[in-house]
Amino acid sequence: MNALILSRIQFALTAMFHILWPVLTIGLSIFLVILEALWIRTGRDDYYRHARFWSKLFILNFGIGVASGVPLEFEFGANWSHFSTVAGDFFGNILGFEGAMAFMLEAGFLGLMLFGWRRLNPKIHLFATTMVALGASLSAFWIMVANSWMQTPAGGYFARGHFVITNYLAAIFNPDTLWSVTHMWVACLETSLLVIAGLSAWFIRRGRAKEFFLVSLRLALITALVVAPTQIWLGDGSGRTVFRYQPAKGAAIEGHWTTNAPGHGAAWALVAWPDQSAQRNLWAIKIPHALSLLATHRWNGRVVGLRRFPRADQPPLLPLLFYAFRIMVAIGFIVLGLALWSAWLWWRHELVPERVGHHRRWLTAWILALPLGYVAVECGWIVREVGRQPWIIYGIMRTAQGVSKIPTGDVLFSSLGYIILYSLLVTAFVVFFRRIMRQGPDLTLTPPPLHPPVPFALDAQAKPHALEDD
Amino acid sequence: MLTVHSFLVTVWFLLLGVILALYVILDGFTIGVGMLSLFSPTEERRSVLIATLGSVWDANETWLILLGGALFGAFPVVYGLILHALYIPLSLLLFALIIRAASFEFREHAHNKKGWNLGFSGASALIALSQGLILGDLIHGLPLRHGHYIGGTWGWIHPFSLAVAVGVLAGYGLLGATYLVLRTEDPIQGRARIASYWLAGVTFVVALLVTVWTPLSYPRIAHEWFGPRFWLFVWLPLIAVGAFALLIRSLRRGHEALPFVATVIIFLASFGGLATSLYPDIVPPSLTLKEAASGSLTLVFMLTGIGILLPIMLVYNGYQYLVFRGKVRIGESAYSHE
Ligand code: HDD
Ligand code: HEM
Ligand code: HEM
Repeated sequence: MNALILSRIQFALTAMFHILWPVLTIGLSIFLVILEALWIRTGRDDYYRHARFWSKLFILNFGIGVASGVPLEFEFGANWSHFSTVAGDFFGNILGFEGAMAFMLEAGFLGLMLFGWRRLNPKIHLFATTMVALGASLSAFWIMVANSWMQTPAGGYFARGHFVITNYLAAIFNPDTLWSVTHMWVACLETSLLVIAGLSAWFIRRGRAKEFFLVSLRLALITALVVAPTQIWLGDGSGRTVFRYQPAKGAAIEGHWTTNAPGHGAAWALVAWPDQSAQRNLWAIKIPHALSLLATHRWNGRVVGLRRFPRADQPPLLPLLFYAFRIMVAIGFIVLGLALWSAWLWWRHELVPERVGHHRRWLTAWILALPLGYVAVECGWIVREVGRQPWIIYGIMRTAQGVSKIPTGDVLFSSLGYIILYSLLVTAFVVFFRRIMRQGPDLTLTPPPLHPPVPFALDAQAKPHALEDD
Repeated sequence: MLTVHSFLVTVWFLLLGVILALYVILDGFTIGVGMLSLFSPTEERRSVLIATLGSVWDANETWLILLGGALFGAFPVVYGLILHALYIPLSLLLFALIIRAASFEFREHAHNKKGWNLGFSGASALIALSQGLILGDLIHGLPLRHGHYIGGTWGWIHPFSLAVAVGVLAGYGLLGATYLVLRTEDPIQGRARIASYWLAGVTFVVALLVTVWTPLSYPRIAHEWFGPRFWLFVWLPLIAVGAFALLIRSLRRGHEALPFVATVIIFLASFGGLATSLYPDIVPPSLTLKEAASGSLTLVFMLTGIGILLPIMLVYNGYQYLVFRGKVRIGESAYSHE
């Protein structure tokens, strides 16, 4: 074990842990905006109770997202100081933007959103919630810009061990940016809707607050019908970008060893076992022409094979890349299938409070699908980040050149610290999550007046205390 | 071109100073209240302390994130250097931030709050301690060779950094105590007042010690202080001493807001002293601002982004304080305002 390997493991662990939380923050905050807007428009107390119930989950999740995100930002400087020095002109700048535009916006309105239900006019409260949601999505945008630039660097040149930026637009909107930002953002929506639908289905299946959760479930289903096919299309776009700009990664995730000759299509391995030392697949089940179609959208499109690249430029852990990719894709199609099944039931007028409880298999399917978004997200990131190896800035700087010179023991210390703390966080999360779910929604909660006499309600201190307690 | 660049570099140095000052004061009182909450005699009273932070703690911590990002963008070399050189105290700081955030969140849900209370106060103290150590190390100077840190695993801990750490602990405690004087009523306010006297005393003594110690053992700083810019420096200790006097007087006379204001002035004066002593170096003894800065284009681009946003951020953060202003009373928890 040296500091390089340990730093890589530490970064992988902390990033894979962090990403579990923002996906729900991003999706759920948008869901809360919708619920609050529905409440204000229709005046139905039910929507207010929905917003209050789901925001409990939101807070619990949010705290861990912040707690696990802070170390990541500082890890760039601590563990990857050479990378930080080389790329700082652009990369650091983007992280600065993320802090100023996204995190501050989120944090600045979060208190109003969480504690302002009775102190603020509902419309102002909706505004605060919208700002929190906007901040969360903006942070996804900026962090994905930074990450895309590591994948397909653009907008400047490297001189004297430094990236000198000449064109900001080109760097921000590098070839990978738009595909990956949208794919990530839609992944957040998809993961969140699976969580919302899964939990709602669980309540309905147990016969608790059926009518109430049918409302949430339906909103999630409508979203699923749009999101699931969109995500597959975006995934296809990401894939084509990979083959175009990171051919070694593309070949690695598909177990594709030799370039197809002109006039011949590349076959796609459905399942296989890529073996790096032998530089071939030990076995494979292949579909002719399919890889050419996927990677280039042409029958005989040319797809460069992995053997073209010297061993030192090939990504590691080929079977992991190969199967992580397939799991993600499978999940994309499973969710589409579930959405279509639900649309069919809806069409047949089965999704009404009296009948929905009878479709137990369908409800079970949604409950089982609850974690699938998370699995797909982790798999997608493994494909992206392990597939980027051995480069830290693709094609320009190797990961081994980016690492800080720090004693191995120091990195071991920090890694162990994170592992212990994160295990505690997850345990506590599970305990409190179960408690919230066991309590369920409060169906008797009375919302504050929709049209309060004082529009900006800043005189809350004058209010009697009893009124403020729910 | 060179002069435009130097100008930009100076602007960013100042801007980072502003962000750091905002962070230190805002998260400083948060940390202070966190440490003091350990000494609350009852759970009911502790809840009041924590309720004074409920709506703002996350925003206050976020100034640190902004500081990190802005430093990374404007002075990438410094960012890489400081963070990897001070790896252990930085890790301690990050661990403590994780524990604080988690304890704050989970405490609200827990039936048995003991462990989370301890986590919250302990983490707050650890944050103060590690930040103090980092500050002490920066004044002390980082041993470098060819841009690499050569101080080893234990280079961050020595008498000077420990002394500074004690000062930061007491100083944050003082910010927290005076903030509580502002936001609470008796009996909590009364105790906060007493704590303020004690913490002011400790802070004063340590500040004095560090002020004498620094020029004596760091000739380059003595050189700065007693050089041609002497007249610039001499004001700051005077302001600080005046603010200490104001603090004690306002505590005596039962003012509610003035003690906090006086404490903020003490912090700003110490801060100004630090920044002027460092300038034009950024990582003493060997790295100047200009060597460490990003290119002009980056500095301009960041300035248009972050510089314009800074006042807007201040406005909406201020609005949050405005909405939740006023006293927090016993029986109210963070969530009872909803
Ligand atoms: C709900 C989550 C989810 C679902 C259902 C899918 N993906 Fe995905 N995928 C992600 C979530 C994700 C992700 C976690 O968000 C990644 C990692 C980084 C990124 O930009 O998106 C990702 C990355 C990613 C990459 C790697 C990009 C790179 O390395 O630069 C490819 C090629 C695909 N996806 C392709 C697909 C295809 C063809 C899918 C479906 C048929 C699909 N994804 C479904
Ligand atoms: C949150 C989702 C993310 C996950 C799950 C993730 C996962 C990983 C993994 C598994 C590695 C280790 C790869 C290896 O060394 O084999 C890694 C490395 C790294 N990632 Fe990510 N990553 C994420 C997001 C990001 C983002 C948004 C950035 C940049 C803004 C980033 C920058 C880096 C850097 C600098 C390294 C270290 C150098 C390297 O190993 O290549 N990551 N990440
Ligand atoms: C590996 C690179 C990453 C770094 C350095 C990073 C950094 C951070 C930091 C510092 C925070 C805390 C902000 C606060 O105090 O409010 C945070 C939270 C957050 N991050 Fe990340 N992050 C990374 C990856 C990602 C990715 C890939 C996404 C989204 C797609 C994301 C989305 C968010 C969001 C929405 C939050 C705020 C809400 C929450 O924490 O739940 N981050 N991140």
